[in-house]
Amino acid sequence: MKRIITMTVLNRPGVLNRITNLFSKRNYNIESISVGLTEQEGVSRITCVVHVENDGMVEQITKQLNKQIDVLKVADISDQAIVARELILMKVPVLPHNRAEIYSIIEPFRASVIDVSKDSIIIQLTGETEKIEAFIDLIKPYGIRELARTGTTAFPRGNQRTGQQKSFSFV
Amino acid sequence: MEAALKETKANTSEVTGADLLISALEKENVEVIFGYPGGAVLPIYDKLYDSKILHVLPRHEQGGIHAAEGYARISGKPGVVIATSGPGATNIITGIADAMMDSLPLVVFTGQVATGVIGTDAFQEADILGITTPITKYNYQIRDIKDIPRIIKEAFYIATSGRPGPVVIDFPKDLAAGVSAEPVEEEIYLPGYQPTTEPNFLQVRKLSEAVSRAKRPVILAGAGILHAKASSVLKEFAEQQNLHVVHTLLGLGGFPANHELFLGMAGMHGCYAANMALYNCDLLINIGARFDDRLTGNLKHFAPKATVAHIDIDPAEIGKNVPTQIPVVGDAGEALRQLLRVGASPPQQEEWKETLAAWKKDFPYHYENSEVLKPQKVMELLYEKTAGEAIVVTDVGQHQMWAAQYYQLQQADRWVTSGGLGTMGFGLPASIGAQLADPTACVVAVLGDGGFQMSTQELAVIAEFKLPIKIAILNNKALGMVRQWQEIFYKERYSHSKNPVQPSFVKLAEAYGIRGFEINSEAEAHLVLNEVLHDKEPVLLDFRVDGAENVYPMIAPGKGIHEMVGVKK
Repeated sequence: MKRIITMTVLNRPGVLNRITNLFSKRNYNIESISVGLTEQEGVSRITCVVHVENDGMVEQITKQLNKQIDVLKVADISDQAIVARELILMKVPVLPHNRAEIYSIIEPFRASVIDVSKDSIIIQLTGETEKIEAFIDLIKPYGIRELARTGTTAFPRGNQRTGQQKSFSFV
Repeated sequence: MEAALKETKANTSEVTGADLLISALEKENVEVIFGYPGGAVLPIYDKLYDSKILHVLPRHEQGGIHAAEGYARISGKPGVVIATSGPGATNIITGIADAMMDSLPLVVFTGQVATGVIGTDAFQEADILGITTPITKYNYQIRDIKDIPRIIKEAFYIATSGRPGPVVIDFPKDLAAGVSAEPVEEEIYLPGYQPTTEPNFLQVRKLSEAVSRAKRPVILAGAGILHAKASSVLKEFAEQQNLHVVHTLLGLGGFPANHELFLGMAGMHGCYAANMALYNCDLLINIGARFDDRLTGNLKHFAPKATVAHIDIDPAEIGKNVPTQIPVVGDAGEALRQLLRVGASPPQQEEWKETLAAWKKDFPYHYENSEVLKPQKVMELLYEKTAGEAIVVTDVGQHQMWAAQYYQLQQADRWVTSGGLGTMGFGLPASIGAQLADPTACVVAVLGDGGFQMSTQELAVIAEFKLPIKIAILNNKALGMVRQWQEIFYKERYSHSKNPVQPSFVKLAEAYGIRGFEINSEAEAHLVLNEVLHDKEPVLLDFRVDGAENVYPMIAPGKGIHEMVGVKK
């Protein structure tokens, strides 16, 4: 099963190496990892998407991460109400005869075209992984020339209503 | 001329990075450094020349770090190591990994090429930060001279607090020689590191209630007892609740071996009573052990009927290998003191006690004595003739298991062995550190002929410092444990496990100015041990033991803890 783990870390030399090393050392399967600065100086946020076989394994992962000296806080937020987003850039060949067709797919996904050239366009799309996957599937028949994904980054929502279905996301 | 002289004076009065290092070590009350000089650490060694800290020069960096491990194990203080960049640093990797596995506090300084050439594959450059990341509790590379005091202070704090471990500080040469333009920083800043020492009282109470209810309880005590200096409170608790105690290999000495509540060591070569207690118990109280696979055997058959309680300072160890119903995160000593204070009523376990007593009496470790000198006999003699009071240091292999089985340790911190990593070549240098940590103790280094030859060169250090170490080689002219496995699991195909050529160990010792004896029989062993054990001089004893002897009992790989072979009939 897929779990989303987020953590804040002290931005010291080698910290990312320590985290990724831990995943390979303990034989954890990592799908994506995204890193960036936060509102606090010297603190970064890392979001990992991991595949685990059972709950015990994800508990081990969070404990091992917590043990790292530079890790300030770790949480497995998969069961919380969260907002999770990923951004992709995709270069697609566009010919006069299918241009309108491709644009008609882009529009309902609220993706945007951020570069246009004679025979290709670059599409930017943000959303949850499922939405991204669906979009990629739809575009695939037109031939994807290049694809870059940032990996998921996520936050727990401001309001955590327990016992409720996972809330849907706006945008 | 005068101007030049003035300039030198001005320079010497300035505080360099190396000065900051030495004064930080002095502040930490470091007594001894195990180090090996080289290009990248020359500025540090120049300052060490004037320092009062004892410096021990091993004859190979690996010997230096194992000596530091032995020192840390016996003194309870962090072992300090210096190695130069590149090959110096890579030569200590085994020791760092060993210390990580066995939770020994080390502060290791590696030289590094100058900051300007890092990343250019400069002479003697190696990415030590990258290499040591998975085998250190933490590591640093100094990037600014003003950080040196803070980093060293943090390193000592991290190495010794919580679950101890090795910390590496990579020290570029130019920063050791350079002078800080800014005021130095000394305040430690580790907001992400707050080890829990005080256990949660509700959890302790839950454990206490489980003890009262248990019908077949047993304590499994690991090295956490030793790190927490909790052996006396463990004894108090075991006696208060009338609980039997089983040790891991690394925990030996934490509970006195001659105590009536002691069952022995558990695990692959543990004794029958201890392993059967773990298999049949209904409450397993693990205090500071990490359920290593050499202890548990096949996890499916490990303590299958038991409620498992686990006290550990490292929360990541709880539930890692064995599902745990009562987790207690904290210092072993604190937890035991709280348990004592709760003072619940001891469990009703008459039947269990009878069973345990019978197992202990009927199935002790055993071997058949013969004309040929038996390695087990040697360990028994060493035990008797040192009254069980020696510091026993071992290498890795058959002799290590025989030492664990037959040398009945009565006190804590008298046992130095490489458990988790199982590092051959560990024993001889580790005994150097152990002796330096306790100069008046009788230190016995029990080694195999294979492991001894991995670090023979350290005899020079023993001779240089006149360390009165008794080096006992159980010489079976083979890599005994490998040979044993080949005999049992590989149809006696002894692939490269027998040493066809061996030097005379006695002459080798004499070449270093150390007395040596070859011992071929029990009678000779008596005579020689009586003569040399109380000497204030080093001695090498080459015990020519039966090469066909195997370590038993044994749990074959994949088997359960109750499926021992070679138990006394």
